[in-house]
Amino acid sequence: MYYIDPHIHMVSRVTDDYETLAKMGCVAVSEPAFWAGFDRGSVDGFRDYFRQLTEFEPKRAGWYRVQHYTWLCINAKEAENVSLSREVIAMIPEFLDRPGVLGIGEIGLNKNTRNEAIIFLEHLDLAAKTNEQILIHTPHLEDKHQGTRMILDMLCDDARLERGRVLVDHVEEHTIRPVLEAGFWAGMTLYPTTKCNPHRAVDMIEMYGPERLLVNSAGDWGPSKPTAVPDFIMAMRLRGHPESLIRKVVYENPVEFFSQSRGFHFTPPELAEPEEIGGRQ
Amino acid sequence: MSSAATAPAVLDREFLDIRARVLELAAALDRLDRADGSVGGDARMAAIAQAIDIVRDSKADRAERVQLIFSRPYEKGWRQKLGVVPR
Repeated sequence: MYYIDPHIHMVSRVTDDYETLAKMGCVAVSEPAFWAGFDRGSVDGFRDYFRQLTEFEPKRAGWYRVQHYTWLCINAKEAENVSLSREVIAMIPEFLDRPGVLGIGEIGLNKNTRNEAIIFLEHLDLAAKTNEQILIHTPHLEDKHQGTRMILDMLCDDARLERGRVLVDHVEEHTIRPVLEAGFWAGMTLYPTTKCNPHRAVDMIEMYGPERLLVNSAGDWGPSKPTAVPDFIMAMRLRGHPESLIRKVVYENPVEFFSQSRGFHFTPPELAEPEEIGGRQ
Repeated sequence: MSSAATAPAVLDREFLDIRARVLELAAALDRLDRADGSVGGDARMAAIAQAIDIVRDSKADRAERVQLIFSRPYEKGWRQKLGVVPR
């Protein structure tokens, strides 16, 4: 089955992972900007990172006919540095019209601090002014519930935002309901110990239905598994769910959500000539 | 939408998994007992005990309720407390 991984940090993966993803049926990835494993010291560090996300990663993905899309921001961990964050936010528009850029993300909260909230609001302002879609990181473990509720408060305060163009990611059993009820999209991240796992993600599909729900692997610096979405596909099959429902969650939903972005020029795999996919990048 | 399978079918499919996880939990608690020192006053142990109580009760949404046991509380007045002004 063809699928799209809507949240995977390929800069932290080796090229072989692109090949594995392609062999498993992955036809596109969306890569939000995130933490580099260390705090960057200047706005130029982010400018270089955004070049990597918009120039080299699409090329690397294209070697295996995987279409690559990306989101830009300064992540919540580094948002503690407010002055640097403001420099990065001012620089982001340089990249917003590049091919494959889907919007602002993954912004959000990490430890639910004042500085994180201030920079989150400033990212929302940028997205509203530039009419960009938004992808949001929610905190982990004991901070997730509180942080997700704070994020929803800030999103709902801003009447300029179209809720159907905002994805709130890393939802779990205690955060999925308020996200969906408020009209946002929700992402479930499949991760070995924290976040969600394939079987619990299937549980949530069974409880809430497939509308406005995405599943992703994160595929980051931690012990994550870039092929977690195929694990979800298998879990859905083993529970007897139809192929049409699985396809909706892992392929049609990401296409529907991303299609609201002016940077999403997707070639369905059944229509693609090899050079079209490789050539875009 | 609900599960595509009947309850007996789900139990047949998941019994060994559930058994293994309960054993894993029991063994981890035994390991804590055997170790030197005490964690009896540790708030995390109280949270684990509360979570086990939820697992054993017969009400719905156990996973959601267990998640909340391990979560910091949300306060509606967080904006004022942090001094964050909505745009």
